[in-house]
Amino acid sequence: MSILIYTESEEGKLKKTAFEIASYARALAGQTGDTVTAVAVNVDNTSELGNYGVDKVLKVSDEKLSRFNARAYADVIKQAAEKEGAKMVIISSSANDKYLAPILAVNLQAGYASNVVALPESTDPFRVKRTAFTNKAFNITEISTDVKLIGLSKNSFGLKEAEGSASEEAFAPSLDDKDFAVRTESVDKTTGKVTIADAEIVVSGGRGLKGPENWGMIEELADVLGAATACSKPVSDMGWRPHSEHVGQTGKPVAANLYVAVGISGAIQHLAGINASKVKVVINSDPEAPFFKAADYGVVGDAFEVVPALVEKLKEFKAQNS
Amino acid sequence: MKILVCISHVPDTTSKINFADGDTRFDTNGVQFVINPNDEFGLTRAMWFKEKQGAAVTVVNIGGPETEPTLRKALAIGADEAIRVNAQPTDGFFVATQLAKVVQDGGYDLVIAGRESIDYNGGMVPGMLASLTGANFVNTCIGLEIEGSEASAIREIDGGKETVKCSLPLIIGGQKGLVEESDLRIPNMRGIMMARQKKLTVLEPEDLQSRTSVVKFEKPAPKGEVKLVSPDNLDELIRMLHNEAKVI
Ligand SMILES: Cc1cc2nc3c(=O)[nH]c(=O)nc-3n(C[C@H](O)[C@H](O)[C@H](O)COP(=O)(O)OP(=O)(O)OC[C@H]3O[C@@H](n4cnc5c(N)ncnc54)[C@H](O)[C@@H]3O)c2cc1C
Ligand SMILES: Nc1ncnc2c1ncn2[C@@H]1O[C@H](COP(=O)(O)O)[C@@H](O)[C@H]1O
Repeated sequence: MSILIYTESEEGKLKKTAFEIASYARALAGQTGDTVTAVAVNVDNTSELGNYGVDKVLKVSDEKLSRFNARAYADVIKQAAEKEGAKMVIISSSANDKYLAPILAVNLQAGYASNVVALPESTDPFRVKRTAFTNKAFNITEISTDVKLIGLSKNSFGLKEAEGSASEEAFAPSLDDKDFAVRTESVDKTTGKVTIADAEIVVSGGRGLKGPENWGMIEELADVLGAATACSKPVSDMGWRPHSEHVGQTGKPVAANLYVAVGISGAIQHLAGINASKVKVVINSDPEAPFFKAADYGVVGDAFEVVPALVEKLKEFKAQNS
Repeated sequence: MKILVCISHVPDTTSKINFADGDTRFDTNGVQFVINPNDEFGLTRAMWFKEKQGAAVTVVNIGGPETEPTLRKALAIGADEAIRVNAQPTDGFFVATQLAKVVQDGGYDLVIAGRESIDYNGGMVPGMLASLTGANFVNTCIGLEIEGSEASAIREIDGGKETVKCSLPLIIGGQKGLVEESDLRIPNMRGIMMARQKKLTVLEPEDLQSRTSVVKFEKPAPKGEVKLVSPDNLDELIRMLHNEAKVI
C-alpha cells in the first residue's frame, strides 16, 4: 500500500516543507513496509521528490486550481488517497494545509492529528506526539480510524535525503463546481519579502525598541540574515508594526531554525508561540528579563548599540563565508 | 440574520500547564478559565452585527457544567442566549458533530468559530463543521462584512491577505483582526445582571465515537543554561551560531 503525501507548492515550485513531509513519509514507510506517493498540483518539475524517498508522483495540472482553494484542494487529495488506497495521508502545517485538513479528514472519514512533531510511537495502536497548549506541552494522540491524517509541524523532522527516483503519472481528479463556492476576489501580498511562515530565521522586535522609527536596524539585521521580521503583541497593538507580524500564543506561531528576540521581555504568551523554534538568541538590556531563561544564547546590552554592531559583524562574516 | 458563536472554554493564557493522574489529565488546579482568545474576537464581531444589522446572537459550548461561567460571560458581553451541549469534548470531530446538530436545528446563517483553541490547538472544529453541514468556510478570517445573503471576508495568507466572497450559510475560523484589540469588551455590571436572566439551554449530546483520543501528556524537556555573550564580543556569538548551533 502507499502513504500519500500532499506536496505544497508556490508559483509552480515545491516548497521546502514538501521535502520534509516526503522525508517523514519515507521513514514511516520504512516502519510499515509501504511505498510513498506524492500528489502535486500545477508543479512543473517534481523530480527532486525522488531524492527524499518518494516512489511515485501524481501530477495534477488544472487551470481551475491555479489559486489555492481549500475545498477543491481537499477534494484533489481525497481522490488521490482513494485511488492509491492510502491508509495514511500526510500534509504540512502551513496555513493552507491547516485550512484544507479538517475538510479532508471529514471527507475521508479519517482521524486527524495536527501539529505532529515525531514519527508514531507505535503504529498499532497508532500513536503520535503532537503539540498542545500552544507549545507549552505535548500530547500523545491515538488515531483509531482506518484512514489516518497527519499534519506535520514545520522543522520538526528535518530533511533526510534518500537514494532513488520517483515515477510520474498524470492525475485528473474530477472537480465539482461546489468546490469553488468561495471565490477569491483579490490578493494583496508583498512580494520579495521572506514570510514568517516560510522563514528559516526570524528577527523579532519588542517594546524595548521604543517606537516604529527604530525598526530600520531590525530590518537590516533581518536582511543580512535572510530573515523575516516579527514583533511582540503590544508592538502590533500600538500599530508600530502590522498585525501580520505579531507572533506568540495569540499571534502567529514561529517554528524557525533561529529566532532572534530584540527588546522582548519573554512573557509566557510570547514564549508559547515561539518555543518550537530550534535556537533562540535574546538581546535585552535587563539581565533579569525572563526571556534569558528560555534562550540558548543571550546578550545583555542596549539594543541600540548591540544590533548595529551585530549587523556590521554579520556583514563581515557573510563576506568571508560566501 | 441568526449568528452562532462557538465558544471554547480554555485556560487563561498566563496559566502554567501541569498534568495529573500519571500525566493523563490536565490539572485544572488553580487555573482560571476564559473564552478562547480567537473566539473573543469573533464574539465581538458578532456584537457589531447585532448592533448594526439587528442580528440575533447565540453562543454555544460543548462541555460540562463547569463551562457555564464562560458562557455567562459571553452573555454579559451581549449575546442573546446560550446553548451548552452536555458532554466532555473528546476530539475535534466529536465537537464538530455535536455543533453540526445545533447548527442544523437552529438554522443559523453565520457560524463564527476560532481558527484554533489555545488548549487543544486542533485547528479542526470549524473546518469539520463546515464539511459536515455543507456550509461555506473561510479560515484565518480577519475581516467580515455581510450584505443580504452574501458575505465578503478577508483572510490572512502567508505574506498578505486575500479577499473572498461567498453566499451564506458561512462558517468562519476567526482570529485577531476581525476586530481590533481595543474593541474587545469587558462585561459591565449591567451586562452581568442581564446575563443572569438570559436563556441558557442544556442539550444532551448525540451518541458518537471519537476518532482520536489523547492517551498521555508530556511537558517539554527542561531548557539548558543560556550562554551569555558580552556585547563587546559579538564575533563569539557569530562563531557559536555558525559552528555550534549551525544556524547561520
Ligand atoms: C490574552 C493575552 C494574550 C497575549 N498574547 C501574546 C502573544 O501572542 N504574543 C506576545 O508577544 N504577547 C502576548 N501577550 C502580551 C504579553 O503578556 C506581554 O505583555 C508582551 O509579550 C510584552 O511585549 P514586549 O516584550 O515587547 O514588551 P515588554 O514586556 O515591555 O518588554 C520590553 C523589554 O525590552 C527591554 N528593553 C528596554 N529597552 C531596551 C534596550 N534599549 N535594549 C534592549 N532591551 C531593552 C526591557 O528590558 C524589556 O524586557 C498576551 C497577553 C494577554 C493578556
Ligand atoms: N468544546 C467546544 N465548544 C464550542 N466550540 C468549540 C469547542 N472546541 C472548539 N470550539 C470552536 O472551534 C475553534 C477551534 O478549536 P480547535 O479545533 O480545538 O482548535 C475554537 O476557537 C472554538 O470556536
